[in-house]
Amino acid sequence: MNNLAKKMRRTPGGPRSQRRHTPKVSHQGLYGRAVQQAFWKLDPRQAVHNPVMFVVWLGTVVTLLLTIAPDLFGSLADPNARTVNGAIALILLATVWFANLAEAIAEGRGKAQADALRATKADTIARRLLPDGSEEAVAASRLQRGDRVRVSAGDMIPADGEVLAGVASVDESAITGESAPVLKEPGSDTASSVTGGTRIVSDELTIRVTADPGQGFIDRMIALVEGAERRKTPNEIALTVLLAVLTQVFLLAIATLPPVAAYVQSPASIAILIALLVALIPTTIGGLLSAIGIAGMDRVAQFNVIATSGRAVEACGDINTLLLDKTGTITLGNRLAEQFIPVGGHPIDTVARVAWAASWFDQTPEGKSIVRLAEKLSDRPHPTPEGATGLDFSARTRMSGTDLPDGTEFRKGAVDAIKGFARSRGGSIPADLDAAFEQVSRLGGTPLAVCENDQIYGVIYLKDMIKPGIRERFDQLRRMGIRTVMLTGDNRITAEVIAREAGVDDFIAEATPEDKIAAIQREQAQGKLVAMTGDGTNDAPALAQANVGVAMNSGTQAAKEAANMVDLDSDPTKLIDIVTIGKQLLMTRGALTTFSIANDVAKYFAIIPALFASIGLGPLNVMGLTSPNSAVLSALIYNALIIPALVPLALRGVAFRPLSADRLLQRNILVYGLGGTIAPFIAIKAIDLAIGPLVG
Amino acid sequence: MLSGWLQIALTLLIVGAIAPFLGRYMARAFQGPDWLPERWLYRQIRHRTDEPMTGGQYLRAVLASNLAIGLVGLGAFWLQDRLPLNPTGLGAPNWDLAVHTIASFLTNTDQQHYSGETAITYGSQVGILGYLLFFSAATGLAVGIAFIRGLSGQPLGNFYRDLTRSITRVLLPLSLPIALLLLLNGVPETLAGPAIASTLEGATQAIARGPVAHFEAIKQLGENGGGFFAINSAHPFENPNNFTNSLEIVAMLAIPTSLIFTYGEISQNRRQAWWLFGLVGSIFLGLVALSAIAEWQGNPTLAPGPNLEGKEQRFGWAQTALWAVTTTATMCGAVNGMHDSLMPGSGLATLLGLFLQMVWGGQGTGTAYLYVFLILTVFLTGLMVGRTPEFLGRKIEKREIILASAILLVHPVFVLIPGAIALAFPEQLAGISNPGFHGVSQVIYEYASAAANNGSGFEGLGDGTLWWNLSATVSMLAGRYLPIAALLLLADGMAQKQPAPATSGTLRTDTFLFTTVTGVTILILGLLTFFPVLALGPIAEGFALR
Repeated sequence: MNNLAKKMRRTPGGPRSQRRHTPKVSHQGLYGRAVQQAFWKLDPRQAVHNPVMFVVWLGTVVTLLLTIAPDLFGSLADPNARTVNGAIALILLATVWFANLAEAIAEGRGKAQADALRATKADTIARRLLPDGSEEAVAASRLQRGDRVRVSAGDMIPADGEVLAGVASVDESAITGESAPVLKEPGSDTASSVTGGTRIVSDELTIRVTADPGQGFIDRMIALVEGAERRKTPNEIALTVLLAVLTQVFLLAIATLPPVAAYVQSPASIAILIALLVALIPTTIGGLLSAIGIAGMDRVAQFNVIATSGRAVEACGDINTLLLDKTGTITLGNRLAEQFIPVGGHPIDTVARVAWAASWFDQTPEGKSIVRLAEKLSDRPHPTPEGATGLDFSARTRMSGTDLPDGTEFRKGAVDAIKGFARSRGGSIPADLDAAFEQVSRLGGTPLAVCENDQIYGVIYLKDMIKPGIRERFDQLRRMGIRTVMLTGDNRITAEVIAREAGVDDFIAEATPEDKIAAIQREQAQGKLVAMTGDGTNDAPALAQANVGVAMNSGTQAAKEAANMVDLDSDPTKLIDIVTIGKQLLMTRGALTTFSIANDVAKYFAIIPALFASIGLGPLNVMGLTSPNSAVLSALIYNALIIPALVPLALRGVAFRPLSADRLLQRNILVYGLGGTIAPFIAIKAIDLAIGPLVG
Repeated sequence: MLSGWLQIALTLLIVGAIAPFLGRYMARAFQGPDWLPERWLYRQIRHRTDEPMTGGQYLRAVLASNLAIGLVGLGAFWLQDRLPLNPTGLGAPNWDLAVHTIASFLTNTDQQHYSGETAITYGSQVGILGYLLFFSAATGLAVGIAFIRGLSGQPLGNFYRDLTRSITRVLLPLSLPIALLLLLNGVPETLAGPAIASTLEGATQAIARGPVAHFEAIKQLGENGGGFFAINSAHPFENPNNFTNSLEIVAMLAIPTSLIFTYGEISQNRRQAWWLFGLVGSIFLGLVALSAIAEWQGNPTLAPGPNLEGKEQRFGWAQTALWAVTTTATMCGAVNGMHDSLMPGSGLATLLGLFLQMVWGGQGTGTAYLYVFLILTVFLTGLMVGRTPEFLGRKIEKREIILASAILLVHPVFVLIPGAIALAFPEQLAGISNPGFHGVSQVIYEYASAAANNGSGFEGLGDGTLWWNLSATVSMLAGRYLPIAALLLLADGMAQKQPAPATSGTLRTDTFLFTTVTGVTILILGLLTFFPVLALGPIAEGFALR
């Protein structure tokens, strides 16, 4: 793996040099606020939302009552009952507080992230156009979808929208970090969408607002990272159900214990039963669950990606197939003309002249590179004739060109499209055209045929550069079980060469927008989850059809509306990072749940012999804990302290490696399953050694 | 001593040899075309048995048929004194005993709060209980097969057809040769009343007998366990010698062990079937070893030697320990010795079988419980590899977790709550014969046996009372029908999911690692719930004996 690829894996959003924007997130005073917040969250109305921790909260109240009146449920023999109950109440309170603290820290970090995002959209006064053409001033936050607003040089664009009229340059550095202003004009694929919070630097635009207040991309992301409107994802709901049931099972096991204990003449202390209950229910994962979810969304925001829901991020972890556009994702931006190959015996400078004529109106980098190459080859200048008109490239015709007033038609485009054109004008196909086509395709280049009316003159070789490090990323994806499919308008041979060089698993050549949707549907019919990246308006249906659609911020409003995520850096390989975050989210939940349940074994061995010491269960005290009271308190202290100890892991997420599922399971079972069984034995024994002499 | 261990090993080897073949046979039996006599039967009931049912329809069919047959059985049982085949002139049962008995046989539990010799007429034994032995086993088997189909993504099938095939293709063909073998070994099959014999002292003695051989075969094979006589298979007329004893053990294990392979065939996942067979087999061997060692070592406070209290001399410690673990692991519930007299280690082993419910488990349902644990394990471990967990390519989501958790919750609710109530009022309710730790085991065992639809008794309880009859009835019914409902809905939901193709990112469930993790999950989830009562019952008793 080369250095660049390594860097791309480690740094969020790829190497620094390729990133455009990092939100400035301030973590100042975060922990102080979190400590306060953790107390506010003790409010029962808030506590009740987390069923596992609410059981601990109730336990705290009961043990507190038992501290004040130890004889509440009948008198007990232990003279130290009040002290022990008091200690239990304190530790339980600490347990709830630690869980609150974890959530508060995650929320605090999310808020900091949200503030950084919010800074991009200071509230401005917008000029709304009324039906009669007059203007009124209105706060940007009150703009509705469908409103039309006018902005002139110096104004902040008040909301996400689409350009209706005007041509202007817009400074989008607040969002993308790109300092050069971008041209915005109506009707164009990529230049007609504007984002709220960017500044217009010249001229004037009329914009139709496309998002209701608070519904723009940034607003949705702010709500997500703040955790305020965080809706639980399906996986999270299923896990919450399982945790609630485990809690009920243990509640049942402990609640039915007193009559049994009384029957064998060993009545159990209510406070210690509560301690046992709290030790057994999955407090570790219960206390950290919401922190894990919030932190996950926070990580997504750090990658400069705006997700519309947590569900979309987790769906990324399940992706089986990834559809990627070749251009800009697998190959470096634009192809450049490298060579003219004459066919049918035409001299090379004639080929250059026809190619030049066909590219007069082509403002794409490819078109400009053709003009440059033609200038190099030909000494005579070719001024644009009066009255000539340009013909833009379209995905359907797959060619572009120039029409002269005298009826001469210059065309350049995909070889079979030009063949069709020449035939339709009554021309013949030169015998060596196919050889030239293959020659270029085998080099991995794009062959473009050029013709004047019915005569085909030659083939332009457009050269493609594969991005460095992309192959390693596809290898990673393959190890994760994700199949990559390259979409390209290129012919089969070119596509095959590039696909092989880039290391994608499959490709779709000569792809039309319909082909993209068909490809997605074909995969989905097999039960696969498909992700795709796109930017053009004609990508919108495919983005909507895909299970995860990532639109580039540079893309059109339609593409962004159809997608579940928008990448502010417009870096299509970012999807790989989001897949990792989605997987990490699930892994962290699974690992901490396993850890939590595995812990119960040791806690049983600490508390059960202590609870029933009088009836000869001593041999179960395998840890050799000092005294029954010390055993119970040690297990509880461990139970409370493990929550803050695991907060960093919950916020960071379990490390993800691109390994096969079986290898990942092996690793995580060893660390969190086996580790979760053994660690508490050691920790509880250590705490007992420390507090044993005090408790006696 | 060595011969005892050899007996155990030999019996289990036979089971291991039969299971793969019987499993494959059952897959074909349930998936193949109708036989001519079956088609004739379906025409008589005018039911379109070739139409598959949804989960809800299947469940309604199970409940409706069980309710109807339960009510008819209850009515007939009440009137048994007026019905034919009553050579000893027995009277009608108490209402609570009648309800308990019918619920017990209908749910495949076969818990008995009566003595067959003095409470049940031949007519009731053959016509009501004998019918229920087949019907309840066939119901369980049908649900098990429907569950396996659903997991494999097939339609659940038709309950009436599965029920019919369970009887015509599995239970009848297998129980006939078993009954003949028992007959050859001296098990009676007669409608004549008790034999009257003159003893050497000149006194007369009435020796109970009856149509036992056919009853015994399906009782063992169908995991029923309700004996013709009060002392069940310890009675020489039910289980005369070592050959019949081994035959009956093999009969108990035959179907639940084979069903794992039936799953392998139907789901086209033979590799996983072998792993699961190995997993359940290892847990089973562990329980057998725990019990056998405890019985072989005997009571340390008495003279050294195996524990022979409450055992038939003709079976000895080894065959009794193997039987005790087998009968509780398979939810058969037949006994060939006194479980009350088992050592605490055996008490622990038998209780574990009842708590886990999947160490082979009940007819059809046990195998389904195994997959419920598998689904829960897939959920936990699936998350750990960073994907929405899936089993056989189908996603495990909220609905599956709710249904699987419901199954997990039913057992503790209907064991621990009534157990705690009984122990809270030991004088009024429990009627425990051995107070202390052993009493805890007696009470918990009774409810665990009822809720797991096992039916064996720890015994020693005065259990023929109104309280025991009714509370055990509640546990039996809830322990039977709530999980069946959850299983069918779970299977239905899984069948309707679109399976995703496996990639290297998919967690494979047919590996050693995953199987081991499943085993540990089963032990932890199963045991964490019951550890406190086990600690106060057999574990405390074990420590007290040292």
